[in-house]
Amino acid sequence: MVRMASRNSALDALSGLDSLIDADDRDLMSMIRKFADDHLRPNLPEWFDQGVVPARDLAREFGKLGLLGMHLEGYGCGGSSATSYGLACHELEAADSGIRSLVSVQGSLAMTAIHKFGSEEQKTEWLPRMAAGEALGCFGLTEPDFGSDPGGMRTRAKRDGDDWVLNGTKMWITNGSVADVAVVWAQTDDGGRDRIRGFVVPTDSKGFEGREIKQKMSLRASVTAELSFTDLRLPGDAVLPEVSGLRGPLSCLAEARFGIVFGAMGAARDCLETALAYAESRRVFGEPLAGYQLTQAKLADMAVEYVKGMLLALHLGRLKDGPGVSNEQVSVGKLNNCREAIAIAREARTILAANGISLEYPVIRHENNLESVLTYEGTSEVHQLIIGQALTGANAFR
Amino acid sequence: MNIVVCVKYVPDAQSDRTFSDDKTTDRAGVDGLLSELDEYAVEEALKLVEAGEGEVTVVTIGPDEAAEAVKKALQMGADKGVHISDDAIHGSDAVATSLLLAEAIKKIGQPDLILTGMGSTDGLMNIVPTMVAERLGLPAVTLVSSLEVNGSTVTGRRDGDTASETIEASLPALVSVTDQTNEPRYPSFKGIMAAKKKPVETWSLGDLGVDAGQVGLNNAWVQVESFEARPPREQGQVVTDEGDGGTKLAEFLSTHKFV
Ligand SMILES: Cc1cc2nc3c(=O)[nH]c(=O)nc-3n(C[C@H](O)[C@H](O)[C@H](O)COP(=O)(O)OP(=O)(O)OC[C@H]3O[C@@H](n4cnc5c(N)ncnc54)[C@H](O)[C@@H]3O)c2cc1C
Repeated sequence: MVRMASRNSALDALSGLDSLIDADDRDLMSMIRKFADDHLRPNLPEWFDQGVVPARDLAREFGKLGLLGMHLEGYGCGGSSATSYGLACHELEAADSGIRSLVSVQGSLAMTAIHKFGSEEQKTEWLPRMAAGEALGCFGLTEPDFGSDPGGMRTRAKRDGDDWVLNGTKMWITNGSVADVAVVWAQTDDGGRDRIRGFVVPTDSKGFEGREIKQKMSLRASVTAELSFTDLRLPGDAVLPEVSGLRGPLSCLAEARFGIVFGAMGAARDCLETALAYAESRRVFGEPLAGYQLTQAKLADMAVEYVKGMLLALHLGRLKDGPGVSNEQVSVGKLNNCREAIAIAREARTILAANGISLEYPVIRHENNLESVLTYEGTSEVHQLIIGQALTGANAFR
Repeated sequence: MNIVVCVKYVPDAQSDRTFSDDKTTDRAGVDGLLSELDEYAVEEALKLVEAGEGEVTVVTIGPDEAAEAVKKALQMGADKGVHISDDAIHGSDAVATSLLLAEAIKKIGQPDLILTGMGSTDGLMNIVPTMVAERLGLPAVTLVSSLEVNGSTVTGRRDGDTASETIEASLPALVSVTDQTNEPRYPSFKGIMAAKKKPVETWSLGDLGVDAGQVGLNNAWVQVESFEARPPREQGQVVTDEGDGGTKLAEFLSTHKFV
């Protein structure tokens, strides 16, 4: 049975969030919700169950809707406000975190890296096709032995005449085995402190291999891969010219994290709305579950955290669209909203009880997905350390 | 080719729909949207214009909120909108509606093609398109599931239960399309942003030269007398198989004329 995302009007009235969202953004959200009801929600249980998702087809659909790189300017991109982009992530993640990941990785990581740091040739070659969803991108930073501490990465790019030769392995790369282009971060032997550089690597290059990671229990409606580069030869102009050092990848991550601040609350909203509808229709001991104080306490606490999370997201959106938002501020949102979203998902699961573990309802899917969302783009601990450093001035990473 | 699409703002079929005290559909108190059946007409118009050239103008009649239907069509890609709005129009029937649409289409400037949906998801009278064509003296090709324009003729296929008819008319003509015609597009992000800059005109009865005595509830030929909610579905009949289940089932089917 297909379950539509039924907006809960009581929750909307309680939150009053619509009054903070302008009419165009509300139209954008209802367009995405309609698309998700028609094309995503009916398929997600199956995609998640089978661990298979038609990523390339979806990319083309999202391209038509204008959601890929929608917050970037020019090159076929939408040029939206940060808030609009965040709200789009919110609606996408209300369907599934894996779906939102596809859009985040394409727009905020791969396209942003090229848009911010690429040459004019790199931009014109890749961005219009990526915005249209005709070319799919991925972003390779994490390695098997280096996640939170990417500065230790072992992937190497060595100069050979004008060319670069790439060797190494990247791990947990979203869209890695289905992408046309990979933005790969590697240590170079250029000397100096800022030795990490970004490379635009067509995935049909000789020496490139992408192997899908199977047997994962989270983000199953998303492709995750291990990339390996064996004497992969790149022309001299494959390097992203405008940045060196960790600042490059980290500034892309800040963009994606911003989308997650909104997105995680989308997953939370879907869980809360599902739990509300379920509690109203499920009868226990002769009465609707929603009428019991214990249930209401759960629902009230979930709603309070949802409203707070959305207010925080919209606040960060206003900052980003106005005076600017700092990385530490985005960390506040990422830490809070992922942590609270997974707490809401877990609480919603208890209300659905046995049905809560079935893919017939979206709750367990969201709950499992949020384990990844809590981890990628900086784990909770990493964001605590970022916030801690901002507050105390002391670096506690090492 | 210039195309006018007639679109309607209707209460969302997924929320509770009610009547006002004067027994007209309550449009103010409920969420409304562009009638889904009209999205097929908008999509067909966009496809025809994209394949050649010309402009798509959408026209709607309704209270202030009905501007939403025009906006949605503009977000999908239509070029211009006309919103006919006047307190005196409230409660108009199909006869008056067709008069207003016909006058609006004349004022827009006779298009090559007028497209409509197969009916509105609220009223479901399905008569307005034919009336509009009649008032404009144009051929009406109704309820087609596909259509093609070649030079100065339009050809449509109308699927019946047992046969499909191919109907041809000379342009200008009015064509109403079914929900089998196409898959309406979603407004894209760029479409949503572009719609804000597209021209929408709001016309009153005076702008159309229509007299208040020709429209509205008091002048309607058809009015709602009474209404009541559909009774809840009754429990189905359970056939217990005591060796004669097949016979009982066959009896049930034949008494209800299912076979
Ligand atoms: C589904 C999925 C998709 C992903 N997609 C991508 C992608 O597209 N591109 C990409 O580059 N990466 C991707 N990642 C990788 C992700 O960014 C990393 O998993 C993440 O950065 C954490 O790294 P790690 O798993 O190696 O954990 P580790 O860094 O090994 O951390 C282990 C634990 O130690 C904690 N920890 C780390 N440092 C400290 C410290 N200083 N003090 C205290 N505790 C600490 C961590 O918080 C964590 O709890 C993806 C991951 C997943 C699960």
